[in-house]
Order: sequence, then C-alpha cells, then structure tokens
Amino acid sequence: MSEWFAIVMGSALFLLMIPMVYRLWVGPTAFDRMLAVNVIGTKTAVLLVIIGTLFDRVDMFVDFAIAYALLNFVASIVVSRYLNRTSSLREMERKAKAKRAKA
Amino acid sequence: MEPVIAEAVQSGGGMAPLQLLGTILGIIGLIFFFGSAVGMIRFPDFYSRMHAAGKGDTLSTMLMLIGFGLVTMEDFSVGSWLLFVKLMAIVLFIYITSPTSTHALMRAAFEDEEMPLDEKDLKKPVGKKK
Repeated sequence: MSEWFAIVMGSALFLLMIPMVYRLWVGPTAFDRMLAVNVIGTKTAVLLVIIGTLFDRVDMFVDFAIAYALLNFVASIVVSRYLNRTSSLREMERKAKAKRAKA
Repeated sequence: MEPVIAEAVQSGGGMAPLQLLGTILGIIGLIFFFGSAVGMIRFPDFYSRMHAAGKGDTLSTMLMLIGFGLVTMEDFSVGSWLLFVKLMAIVLFIYITSPTSTHALMRAAFEDEEMPLDEKDLKKPVGKKK
C-alpha cells in the first residue's frame, strides 16, 4: 500500500514539474528561471524521500533530502545576491557617469 | 507494534489510521502543488508568479513531507521516531528558508528594475508581448 502511494505521488510530482520546466525554458526574465529552479529543487527533496520509501532505505535518503534542501537554499540566496550585486554595480556606474558629466 | 495498531492493520481497510492521515495529507499537498504549477504557467507577471510559486511550494512541500513521515511510521521504534524527527527537521527548515529565498529573489528583481504590471499593461490586447 505504502509502495503504491509512493509510486503515484512520485509520478504526479514528476508530471507537475513539467510546467516548471516550461517556465524555465520560456521565462522572460532571469528571475523567473531562478524561481522555477528553486521550486524544482524543493520538490526534489520531497522526491528523494519518496524514492527512499520505494527502496526501503528512507533512513539513508532522508539525509540526502536534508543536504539537498540546504544546498537549494544556499544556491537560491547566492544567485539572488549575485543578481542584486550586478544591479547595484549598474547603479554605481550610473552615478560615476553622472559625476563625470557634471565635472 | 502496539496491539491497537496491529488490529487496525489486520482488519478494516488494511491501513493504520496514521497511514490514512498521511495519505490524505500527501494528496492535499499534491493539490496545492497543482495550483502552484497552474499559477506558474498562467499568471502574467513575475511578481504574481512568485506569489503562486512561493506560497504553494512551501505549503505543499510541508504537507507532503509530514504525510510521508506519517506513512513511513510503521512501528513506534527508535529508528522510526528518528526518521520522523529528521523529516520534521526538513519541514522546519523549509518553513524558514523557502519564504526567505522567495523574499531575496523578489528583492533582487525589484532592485533590478523589474516592474510589476500596472493598469496600462492590463489595457493592452491579450497575447502580445511588449
């Protein structure tokens, strides 16, 4: 019973990840793509627990899921910081250009 | 295994009440994730897509993990309690980090001058980008 539940949940999760891949493919901005990657990463942690149920080794796969969730969070924060940094670099450039035009 | 649980497993629908509860929670989580996926495709704006993805993703992940923690809780031994506590640790972690990463991304997008839709954009004909 538990096995069938895991199979149905896992395949449904996998099918519902396809819209996220669509957003990853066509997303107009980089932030859309990063959002899709974030959602897929969070769902992959759940999928790892489900795969662990299928293999009867949940105690091992739960640790993988913890590590995956941690990595996903760090990746998301780092990328958003990076994009933010580039925007503030652009701001600094604009200020420098204005100062040069004034002088 | 406690006698009550053993009796429940052998009789009735062949499911312990905890497993039934876990199955229901998992299916509710799947419904929330379905809503999140539909929102990711259908919404017109980055911020509204972020609304769908952030909320639906957090809640559905938490529900599904709690559901799986209840389903895999077969006997109340030490190993199974350890597994449950680890799953609850993931749930707590996602409860903290998923809104945080959504907030960081939103802030990065806003500082990168990605503006939300306004009334002018809504009056434009549907289906044309830009």
